[in-house]
Amino acid sequence: MTDTLRVLTPGLLTTLQDLGRYGYAHLGVSASGPADSLSARICNRLVGNDDSASVLEMTLVGAHFEFGCDALIALAGADFAATLDGTPVPMYEPVRARAGAILRCGSAPTGARSYVAIAGGFAITPVLGSTSTHVMSGIGGLAGRALKRGDMLPLKPAGAAAQPRKLDRSFVQQLRPRTSLRVTPGPQHHVFGEDGIKKLCSQAYLVSEDSNRVGLRLQGRAIEAIRERRMSTEGAALGAIQVPPGGQPIILFVEHQTTGGYPKIANVISADLPSVGQLRPREEVKFELVTMQQAIELLNEQEQILKEAIPPT
Amino acid sequence: MATNPTDIEVFPASDSTLLVRFDRHGGPEANEQVLALAWQLQHQERSRRILNLHPAYESLLIRFDPLVQSHAEIEALVRKRLQVTLPDLPERKQLDVPVCYGGAFGPDLEEVARLTQLIPAQVVELHSSVNYRVCFLGFAPGFPYLGGMDRRIAVPRLDSPRKKVAPGTVAIADEQTGIYPVSSPGGWRLIGRTPLKLFTPDEPSPALVLPGDRLRFRPIAPDDYGRALR
Repeated sequence: MTDTLRVLTPGLLTTLQDLGRYGYAHLGVSASGPADSLSARICNRLVGNDDSASVLEMTLVGAHFEFGCDALIALAGADFAATLDGTPVPMYEPVRARAGAILRCGSAPTGARSYVAIAGGFAITPVLGSTSTHVMSGIGGLAGRALKRGDMLPLKPAGAAAQPRKLDRSFVQQLRPRTSLRVTPGPQHHVFGEDGIKKLCSQAYLVSEDSNRVGLRLQGRAIEAIRERRMSTEGAALGAIQVPPGGQPIILFVEHQTTGGYPKIANVISADLPSVGQLRPREEVKFELVTMQQAIELLNEQEQILKEAIPPT
Repeated sequence: MATNPTDIEVFPASDSTLLVRFDRHGGPEANEQVLALAWQLQHQERSRRILNLHPAYESLLIRFDPLVQSHAEIEALVRKRLQVTLPDLPERKQLDVPVCYGGAFGPDLEEVARLTQLIPAQVVELHSSVNYRVCFLGFAPGFPYLGGMDRRIAVPRLDSPRKKVAPGTVAIADEQTGIYPVSSPGGWRLIGRTPLKLFTPDEPSPALVLPGDRLRFRPIAPDDYGRALR
């Protein structure tokens, strides 16, 4: 037995993610990283890892793994009804897996992504400073792609730090994913008129099936441009809500293109980006306008709640 | 060149980004200022203050960590940098990019010719006779947005984008031309393909061309394309 995790079945889309690849947007490489960074950080903390350690991100349908060595693991995010050798694994609680044990992750009725952290993390060579898989560009993770059956993921030795840690569950409710996303005005909101953002915030949208880590396509009442919508290509921010000519908004997500030429009506606030990562296809989503000041306060509050729930390792 | 601070617009694009826009009608001069500012911020303000820089034609989007920095602090940093004369970019390359135009490599060449009322050979001639300026890399890893294309071959994007465009494909959209470095979806019109590899993530300097570089296309025959790949 070696210090590896073997992929028995890969699930729908399972990738390695650390907190993202920063510093290369000027070369056209967006940060990538976990779709739900809160869950990724929490499961790392539960097994005594740094927030920046690589975790496994599973999408809608989970993977099955076999442990080549003893390991301390934790699950966070959507509850994929995981079992370890047939015994249910509680969410948000460190669990010891024996060498030869099999972790089976299923699927969830709510939420889209589930995360697995292993004490010590994965021994994966970073590409451009990060192990995050950028699926669209084929960069990072294991050979720049999602995991496949038979893949062997090398594990780092856990070391003395690998002590199970506890999450204060009284805070979990406050960190739950939202389906009403708070937004700030986007750089081209004026293209859609005085009440363009009001229109965006006055009805629910459906998350389309062809949504992924690059972007979430929404379906609902079209948002019409009332001024010239042609613009010079400009840098695109994570969480930007762009409106192409058809009027159906798209939320740019973790693997978004670094620049774009569609006007952006609004931008999901940083505190609500992890919630975007838990939206399922056909799920309803709403928007709520806040000020820039409120957005930053909400992020600071969330960081404080996270710290009280489980401080960094 | 020094920048008059009144010529720029600076405002938050989101809670973690600041957008700096130079003169919208500035053309190459405005782009030059964008690149000089980006270079300054990248090399002189090297710290955790700035997470990412997204230069474009006349604008620069700056991503930072709002738990550590505020929009006002990043704006002050930008204005401080703009007060001093921005130096020219230190390294600029002249690149020769071989392209096999038309056929399977450039399935839209005939359509571009039809739309512009030219013959394909004239499109190739006009496309390969300009020394282009690399304005910025965007969209996908290593994708160069080239400035200076002849307006006579400007054509609109496809109504519906292709699901997959091969790496190395040279394409046109409006008055822009560029090269798809990695396999990706794409809505530009495809006119040829280069055997050069534009983006190699494992290398310390992963992008073949950088903003500010100059680039010229050189038509090659399909046989030469095959030889170059080998």
